[in-house]
Amino acid sequence: MRDVSVIGIGITKFGELWDKSLRELGLETGLAAISDAGITSKDIDALYIGNMAAGSTLQQEHVSALIADYCGLTNQNVPATRVEAASASGGLAIRQAYMAIAGGFIDVAVVGGAEKMTDVSDSESSYTVSMGSDEQWESQAGATFASLHAMIAQSHMDEFGTSREELSAVSEKNHYHASLNPMAQFQFQVSGEAVSNSGIVSSPLRMLDCAPNSDGAAAVVLCATDKAKKFKKKAIRIIGSGQASDTLSLHHRKYLNRLPAIGIAARRAFKSCGKKTKDLDLIEVHDNFTISEIIALEEIGIFKRGKAASMGLKGETRLGGKIAVNTSGGLKARGHAPGATGIAQVVEIVQQLRGEAGERQIKDAKIGLAENHGGTAATAVVHILEAD
Amino acid sequence: MSVPRFWRELDSRYNLVGSHCKITNTYHYPKRSFNPEAGRDSIGNMEDYQFKGNGKVINSTVVHQAQTGYEMFGPYCIAIIELEEGPRITSQVVDCDPEIVKPGMKVKSVFRKLGEDSESGILHYGTKFIPDEVLQTENDEDDDIADVEL
Repeated sequence: MRDVSVIGIGITKFGELWDKSLRELGLETGLAAISDAGITSKDIDALYIGNMAAGSTLQQEHVSALIADYCGLTNQNVPATRVEAASASGGLAIRQAYMAIAGGFIDVAVVGGAEKMTDVSDSESSYTVSMGSDEQWESQAGATFASLHAMIAQSHMDEFGTSREELSAVSEKNHYHASLNPMAQFQFQVSGEAVSNSGIVSSPLRMLDCAPNSDGAAAVVLCATDKAKKFKKKAIRIIGSGQASDTLSLHHRKYLNRLPAIGIAARRAFKSCGKKTKDLDLIEVHDNFTISEIIALEEIGIFKRGKAASMGLKGETRLGGKIAVNTSGGLKARGHAPGATGIAQVVEIVQQLRGEAGERQIKDAKIGLAENHGGTAATAVVHILEAD
Repeated sequence: MSVPRFWRELDSRYNLVGSHCKITNTYHYPKRSFNPEAGRDSIGNMEDYQFKGNGKVINSTVVHQAQTGYEMFGPYCIAIIELEEGPRITSQVVDCDPEIVKPGMKVKSVFRKLGEDSESGILHYGTKFIPDEVLQTENDEDDDIADVEL
């Protein structure tokens, strides 16, 4: 197996981007990543596209060919593949490219994620997101995506005493981080109190516990490490990659307050590089709801089960704390454009490891982890990156 | 939703029919022709089983921002219910204040309208649950009425 490095990154601002189409977002972010990597289109062996919902929101499937076409890659007939695993589509697209390069099939791949969630009404985009859980036996019974996470949160509160204040601290911290990120959807702070007093979506979860459904795109250029020097002086190596699946329905799991696929994917990623949680300088986790960040940190093993929430409230997951979590602002405040989210996480890690994260830079960051999941973590994918 | 997609599942939805695995002696909902725990041995050994409809709430939430098609119910209770035979199901708990639903509460299945595709579209029916304590009260009331009529 060959080592694989990230040699280029690109990201658009996340938000309600009504003046931009999916293909324009794909082009903008792809060009940025290619320019950053210092490659030309002739160097690209393959294109992987993370996209969850173009069929539902835009009535457009086959977006791999669409993006390849509008990025000028069909001149060379570059193979383009769409990867879909609900909100884990982006992270999984990176993993497909990683495996193709590590396996020696190709040398250079562009991985792009793009999503348009705001061309449709709020109720349509919410229904689209709930398609990541079991449409037939959860959504059709009246369960919203938020309501499933509400039961996850309630179960966590019942067993571990997790409080309203601790949930709010996750959102407050991620908004603070986003206030330092020029690409974030919500570049402003909110108080924990404001989170606790926001409207109820599905008890106990409130409006400011929930990530938005955003438009946005992100891209990375992956390259075989031994060929990376040719293009980029400062390449960031992907040292670990892991993936796991779980039952599609939440009700088929033994514990409602755990998301075991995350932990299994993380252990697989750690095993592939021999690193441990204490080696990490930063983490991006999939905080589609505040409770998800808390459970992800417990599953990855950063904190003991039942302890992550109180550690967050103490400031341990904040910039400057024990371990910085979601310095991008996370899904909550950077924004959540499903197919792009997993790639945006890796873009953040690479910026931090290169020392290019501006006001939110973690001093001397060497190793970072990105955790991306789909549905109620029926798919989880984890990548660990290291600055050489 | 397409008619065949709903129609295919009518037995599971209307009559709470699932599967009993003869290999592991376990119950499954909805119907499965394959039991992941028993693997290939289970094929041909899954028989239809109609659940009695008795269960208890594992956890629940009061949904304020309703699922598409459920707007007329809001705020409503969604719960994960464990049937006495073992399997769990996501369903609405109805005929009560949604706030009173708590883990451990005993519930019983009922046949109810789930929603409709549009004003002229097909109606969907399926299973929902009612707390035993509410059913008890309703039965008592029925008895009262019966007394009067006699």
